[in-house]
Amino acid sequence: MIIGLTVILLCQLLGEVVARGLGWPLPGPVLGMLFLLVFLGLRDRVAKKVPELGKPLDATGKGLLAHLSLLFIPASVGVVQRLDVLADYGVGLAIALVASTFVTLVVTVVTFVVVSRLSGSTMDAEAGTRD
Amino acid sequence: MTDQAFSLWVYLSQTPLLWLVVTLSAYVIADRISQAFRRHPIFNPVLMSVIAVALVLWATRTSYPVYFEGAKFVHFLLGPATVALAIPLYENRHIVLRSIVPMMVALVVGSVTAIVSAVSIAQLFGMPNSILISLAPKSVTAPVGMGITEALGGDPALTAILVMLTGVTGSIMVTPLMNALRMNDWRARGFAVGLASHGIGTARAFQVNSLAGTFAGIAMGLNALVTALLLPLVLKLLLD
Repeated sequence: MIIGLTVILLCQLLGEVVARGLGWPLPGPVLGMLFLLVFLGLRDRVAKKVPELGKPLDATGKGLLAHLSLLFIPASVGVVQRLDVLADYGVGLAIALVASTFVTLVVTVVTFVVVSRLSGSTMDAEAGTRD
Repeated sequence: MTDQAFSLWVYLSQTPLLWLVVTLSAYVIADRISQAFRRHPIFNPVLMSVIAVALVLWATRTSYPVYFEGAKFVHFLLGPATVALAIPLYENRHIVLRSIVPMMVALVVGSVTAIVSAVSIAQLFGMPNSILISLAPKSVTAPVGMGITEALGGDPALTAILVMLTGVTGSIMVTPLMNALRMNDWRARGFAVGLASHGIGTARAFQVNSLAGTFAGIAMGLNALVTALLLPLVLKLLLD
């Protein structure tokens, strides 16, 4: 678990350094995700000589993702305490937000499915439900 | 309160331990409730926990900075968790690579839809430009959204609130909406909620299906990038 966490944090650190160093509009962790992706690709290629970097790394990462909801609580609590900012345009903002989220979900999912059919990259139903 | 109990409270309320425990307990209970209702979207664990913690803070008159001293340990893990999205992404890499074309088209169409729909609806209510700017990046993960708003002269605090509310709204909406539309492609469902509702939507997707979670994570990352690039241009067209 410690090795897995170290690798993950190392990727995050690299991501922060590159993102801030180059002034990119991406958060460091998103870039760190790309670094971990490259690392995972190399790991499989380089052979299975370091077993600690195999399953334990995957387990550590999946453990974090299983409770992703938890990680949003501290920042979100700060946000609900500042709901007063909404005072002036609360109703309008609420309508805009709900309607826009609805439209965005529909447009995105329909676009994905239609283009998927047109480009012949559809999924069979089983692939998604194996977990 | 007796003197002894009071001094215990003064001690505990100043250590990170108490607020860390409160955060974790609120989540554990909220997650149990969510499970008991078979992950029914209304019982959103983030929303329930946030309300519970906010009530505790209000009842004990605890300020947010004091709370965050403890909760920051949980908050910190958001970074590593984002990095860890690479793990399911790598496992599903063959499916992801085969889906590149629909992903890229849905990314651009969805990203523009998110900005244009929010801003044009808000314009109907006669909101000033500073509010429209703060609303525009609502579908993007908070750090990026706040950065965009700040650069364009909006209010980052307002953006933070709208981003969080968009996350919860999308997480609650997505399952019934996708079922009503008879969308059973987990890639598309996950991608849509990650794009529209960033990390909180991604957390919801991982609860429902791990392939959906993978695509939600990809959409969240890509939409942060595309919105940062496109939003200034789109806003220019909308606001002039």
